[in-house]
Amino acid sequence: MESARSHRKSIANDVVSTLPLYRSAPALEVRLEDFTLFAMDRLRVLKGISDGLSRGKKTEEMEQLAKDLWRANMRHPQASEVVNKDIISHFVLRLVYCRTEDLRKWFLPMETALFRYRFRHETAEAQRSLMAEFDLSYKAVSNSEFESVKDKLCQVARSIGMSLPTADAIFYKVPFEEVPELVAGRRVFIHKGHAYVASTQVVSLVATQFRSHLSKALILTNRKWTSTIREQEKDRLAPIVEALCTSYLGPDYSQPKGFSEISLKDIDDLVKSSFPLCMRHLFEKLREDHHLKHGGRMQLGLFLKGVGLKLDDAIAFWKAEFSQKVGAERFDKEYAYSIRHNYGREGKRTDYSPYSCQKIISSTPGAGDHHGCPYRHFSEENLRAALNKMGVDGRAVENVMDKVQNRHYQLACTLTFEAVHNSSCDSGINHPNQYFSDSQKILQSKDGKGISTLGNKKRVPLLFP
Amino acid sequence: MTREEVEGGRDEMEIDGCEQREANAIPEGFDANYLKIYYGKLFPHADIYKWMSYGNDGKHPGCDQSYFGRREFSFTLENDIYLRFQSFYGAYELENSIRENCPVKIDIGPVYSVDPAKRRAYAQTGDNVFTPVERELIFDIDITDYDDVRYCCSGADVCFACWPLMTIAIKVIDTSLRDDFGFNHILWVYSGRRGVHCWVCDGKARRLTNEQRGAIADYFRVYKGNENSHKKVSLTGHALHPFLARSYTEVLRNFFELKLLPSQNLFSTEERYEKILDMIHDESVKSELRGKWQENRRSTSKEDINVIRWEQLKILLQSGKQKGQGLRRGIEEIVFSYTYPRLDMEVSKHMNHLLKAPFCVHPKTGYCPLLNNSQYGLPSATLYILAFIFQLCTIGTLGVYPLKVALFSISSVLGHVCVPIDPKKCEEFDPTTVPTLSKLLQELNMEGAKSEVENDWDKTSLGKSIRFFRTSFLQPLLKSCKEEIESSYKTKLQHSKNSINW
Ligand code: SF4
Ligand SMILES: [Zn+2]
Repeated sequence: MESARSHRKSIANDVVSTLPLYRSAPALEVRLEDFTLFAMDRLRVLKGISDGLSRGKKTEEMEQLAKDLWRANMRHPQASEVVNKDIISHFVLRLVYCRTEDLRKWFLPMETALFRYRFRHETAEAQRSLMAEFDLSYKAVSNSEFESVKDKLCQVARSIGMSLPTADAIFYKVPFEEVPELVAGRRVFIHKGHAYVASTQVVSLVATQFRSHLSKALILTNRKWTSTIREQEKDRLAPIVEALCTSYLGPDYSQPKGFSEISLKDIDDLVKSSFPLCMRHLFEKLREDHHLKHGGRMQLGLFLKGVGLKLDDAIAFWKAEFSQKVGAERFDKEYAYSIRHNYGREGKRTDYSPYSCQKIISSTPGAGDHHGCPYRHFSEENLRAALNKMGVDGRAVENVMDKVQNRHYQLACTLTFEAVHNSSCDSGINHPNQYFSDSQKILQSKDGKGISTLGNKKRVPLLFP
Repeated sequence: MTREEVEGGRDEMEIDGCEQREANAIPEGFDANYLKIYYGKLFPHADIYKWMSYGNDGKHPGCDQSYFGRREFSFTLENDIYLRFQSFYGAYELENSIRENCPVKIDIGPVYSVDPAKRRAYAQTGDNVFTPVERELIFDIDITDYDDVRYCCSGADVCFACWPLMTIAIKVIDTSLRDDFGFNHILWVYSGRRGVHCWVCDGKARRLTNEQRGAIADYFRVYKGNENSHKKVSLTGHALHPFLARSYTEVLRNFFELKLLPSQNLFSTEERYEKILDMIHDESVKSELRGKWQENRRSTSKEDINVIRWEQLKILLQSGKQKGQGLRRGIEEIVFSYTYPRLDMEVSKHMNHLLKAPFCVHPKTGYCPLLNNSQYGLPSATLYILAFIFQLCTIGTLGVYPLKVALFSISSVLGHVCVPIDPKKCEEFDPTTVPTLSKLLQELNMEGAKSEVENDWDKTSLGKSIRFFRTSFLQPLLKSCKEEIESSYKTKLQHSKNSINW
């Protein structure tokens, strides 16, 4: 039987609780088919979590969802193998998702989210031992200190709807830098640089550690992959790893592959026929105000890059609008740079990819902002009005609103797509650029209105339904 | 700068009689000449260098000699050339380059892993080594983001009625940065015309990751949603977080009731009070208030109508017993909507955002007639016309022409210097009396003969600002930098000793 061993170096198998920290690769023999199967099972879990998050599910719902997904996919007929399956699948996916920035950007938060939900299901004892394993040996706040800040702690608890701390409640005092998400949500009392973290909140502390360890590990794994593994395993693991890869991320929309470029003169027609609501809204606001704030410029700018607007045209496009508001000079000075930057021509040489629905939906537009996903971020009346403007009415609007109420924003967008195009969209909307390309495909087949080279676009088949 | 040049500069200033200037065509590029003198005699190059070195310019073996050289500066030149990724090896080089280039604007970026001027060379090596490693935690608050809550001005204009919004923003953020986050070395700067910048310079702050910066920015954020969604401010939960509660009771509530309410006439017209009613969720309360206010429009009470209506609203919301908490929270939501600081999140969240350096002169666009003290009494219509003329001036190609038309002295039209603001006395800060370039040059001109002062800036009204910068910000900062360098050096030694012992 052929077997693959992940990394040979490590000997230690440091699993203590049922929740491994994946600190070092296991010295386990793995059958090649398990290698793939385990990884796919874990991917199903991560994908489920990713979907849940993009629907804006609440923490409790997410916990339940993660639990269900885990039960459904990560069982093993042999009880003794359950932990191994967990570890092996994690390390296989590390290998799969370490290889590009985009892959890492998806994998890292999903694994961290999974870890977080699982951590919360551990017993207090197990949690403490996991903390110790991370070297998070914070001392609990002393009684006298607790008394001195008790009022504030109660105030925080009431502000986030947590039960009030009792006399024997345990709080840890940690540098605020170590609990960024608790700080961001104002879920902790902070005083002179220290956050008072309730024992029920330590998950955040641990998850931050988990995330930073994994982030570093992914970079290292990537180095190993490019320097040795890929070559050594080119006949065995490498093909599997590469095939497992993009399935869940969908195609890469950063380069308009197979499209002809779109030109400025067509853009108004294209907005009406083929832009998803989020981009339509940004576009209209830009025309109206001759300005968009940073978040909007990024969301729309990268989308336009993805649909094939060339750099020069992009600059002309933005300039035509912005210069009406801030003047051509200021545009050249303050804005042109970042457009070039988005196209990877200036500054850091990375190429920015257009935002996916998930990213757009989870953004948090503030005052004066117009980015985000209208299905999530508009009030009901504004959304209804916007839908009407797109030519969606009657029953269709109600169907869309129904999805919105259940926080299925991408499904709402899919229904809009179907209503507008009078044609079904089986794959669902996952990416504004996919919305655009699917729309063009339909329009082209209907009356040749779309862009001609459209049919060439190569779709990456989805591995899983 | 050579002696002749200095003399030449002074000659020019001598002609700076206002009337003459109006009558004569203004020589091309006079702006640049003025700036040249400013950079030559007034701009505190050495202080900026000291600051940006954070103690690493010393002799101590723990100093990182490459530190200052990895900092990005960027210059905007007069002809709109934008020079990014400038870096300098020392004080002398920095000063020379500023004097030579005479930038209308200097921006300061992060400290990178390698000299930013050589980033291309490093980029060739493939490894992504060119990356920001340190950056002050910065905040940018801009009055243009308050347009929906002020009725006195809009856009980039400010006046004594709306500037206090900036003052309380400073108070709220400054207090939290110190008391909550434990930062000590905080510099507030007037951004030149329409807001304030904040630089948090503690070592701990400079080394924050983007994620941590984002967390702090979010901690400060109460604005959710925008014109597309419903709420502006949403305060959920049964209590306010201690930070919000403190901001509310110590700053926002009083400011709203005592200052903003009467000065902006928040309830004086139907359109205005409707905007506030919009924030109340209870329909019956809304219609009751609306009914009252539509009737007594002609009431002749001596009391301010805004105050009366606000009290009525409060009583009704507070008495809604059975409806409870939610309604009472409504009062807070209104106050927060109108007064709570509005930060430009993006600036704070990323290490590689550029921010204008303190002591810059607000560039050409700062031809702002509105900010001259003596102009303050003008009725707003006149101001608009003047503003319009000056808009012409900045977009038109004949930048000089409108100056001749304008009705006021030349001394008011040159840019304002971005001077530090003392957060402890921020209510005393008056954006209309900030030194302008031409005022400084006039002062210099007048005091020139007296001399016997060590620094030229001591002869001008800039002196106060530079002294404040030094004593209240720079000196304590450098002291703690030295201590930090010393102690981290000691630990390093200790470590290496230990490893030798083993
Ligand atoms: S679902 Fe996606 S494509 Fe549709 S509006 Fe929202 S973000 Fe845009
Ligand atoms: Zn005003």
